[in-house]
Amino acid sequence: MRLTLLNVIVAVVIAIGFAALNAAYLVWAERRGAARIQRRPGPNINGPFGLLQPPLDGIKLMAKQLTIPGGADKVLFIAAPVLAMFPAIMSFVTIPFSETIVAKNMNVGVLMIFAFASMGGMSLVFAGWSSRNKYAMMSSVRAVSQAVAYEIPMLITTITVVMISGSMDLMEIVRQQSGSILHWNIFPLLGNSHNILMPMSFLIFFTCTLAETNRAPFDLGEAESELVAGFHTEYGSMGFGLFFMGEYANIVIGSCMTTILFLGGWNAPLPFLGFIPGVFWFLLKLYLLIATFIWIRWTFPRTTIYGLLNLSWKILIPLSLFNLLFTAGLIKVF
Amino acid sequence: MNPSMVISPSFFSVDGLVGAVFLIMVAITLIGGLIACNSERLVRSVAGLIVCFVGVAGLYYFLNSPFVAMMQILIYVGAVAVTISFAIMLAAPEEQKRVGPSGPLVGPFGFATAALLAGGFSILAIRTDWKVMAKINDGSVKTIGIQLLTEYSMVFELISIVLLIAILGALVIARGGREG
Repeated sequence: MRLTLLNVIVAVVIAIGFAALNAAYLVWAERRGAARIQRRPGPNINGPFGLLQPPLDGIKLMAKQLTIPGGADKVLFIAAPVLAMFPAIMSFVTIPFSETIVAKNMNVGVLMIFAFASMGGMSLVFAGWSSRNKYAMMSSVRAVSQAVAYEIPMLITTITVVMISGSMDLMEIVRQQSGSILHWNIFPLLGNSHNILMPMSFLIFFTCTLAETNRAPFDLGEAESELVAGFHTEYGSMGFGLFFMGEYANIVIGSCMTTILFLGGWNAPLPFLGFIPGVFWFLLKLYLLIATFIWIRWTFPRTTIYGLLNLSWKILIPLSLFNLLFTAGLIKVF
Repeated sequence: MNPSMVISPSFFSVDGLVGAVFLIMVAITLIGGLIACNSERLVRSVAGLIVCFVGVAGLYYFLNSPFVAMMQILIYVGAVAVTISFAIMLAAPEEQKRVGPSGPLVGPFGFATAALLAGGFSILAIRTDWKVMAKINDGSVKTIGIQLLTEYSMVFELISIVLLIAILGALVIARGGREG
């Protein structure tokens, strides 16, 4: 495919549109899901099933005045919400939704996603620090330690998948999982891995995704019972809106990566279902994972910060290191 | 100098756009570096450093090595900058401007060093017979890995020694603090 200016612009517009639309409507899905789990109606008045709620919320947020607290660091205060949204949108560029729907496939796609995901943590740091607020500051200290703790097992687990696939190209990783549901990386028997620890890798990766996107039960950064609202205590209007959208865009990215690395990407679960376009399967898996995210959030209570860090340093990192060694051994032997 | 190199391409041609992207990356790097050096608040310096790293990553990408660009962002922004901000938050809660006796390099010595460096690099840049390099390899992860462990293994090992020295230095500093 020749890369023309028009292609680039269309890809960028679609990436931003997809991220923004998902962010807006996942908020609706989250509120409806929460309401269902807590046996209350949720937002159901504006439009059918409350579907007009996200645009109305958007208008409300944009119409509000942007207040910057006195003594805050203005530049960083404004830059932080932008920094929360930007890496997620960048990551959409390289995610393959099907064999043909990908903006720019790179042979270092995995690295690119993690490189930009790692920038997301900095936005929480800057937001917390620039607010000149004790609670926001504590929240950003927590956010940094959390980001550092969970990036390590996440990357180590990803390395095991990359070792099995022998490629960092996201499309190549998905292609190797074609066939049936049993060829997906999460199932160890028929796939190219023969690694009986793959389901555990999947669990480690999924847990780390929850933690990296600051979702409950790991949302210690904005623990409202202790820290008011954490890093976004001082943010109102669209600054707050951008943090919210960034969070949901990151959830989409995390679920996309889980789908690609473990759940076979755009591949149909059974060969005879292959006539349905791949993008359908990809989006189905993606939204099932996101529904799981919402389900987990409203089911489990928040952990403590010690529990969170202990889980990573004492359980997930040793497990993922063992997994790495085991996988390397298997690759050497077979 | 080859006269054909001097003719600047039209801005709206492909080469012109490429040149503009290159200049933008250089500008981002320089601006980031200046912010990192000159701001009075440490967290702002970290922000400047991140901008600088992203600019350098853009230059790597421009030079057709996406792998190095991504590693630059992953390691320097994702790990180094986060660690630095971690250290700032743990160690220096008050962001006051540090006032103390300036070192011997500030003043005439510093100026002379900077002038010497700038002059040297300028002469080097003008005198060198720049050639447009052909693409050496495809820049993929596999090629880089093979090259690193065969042709450039010496460099690879030397880098690990640098890291070892850095860790030893950190240990020495930490121990010194404990005894004193």
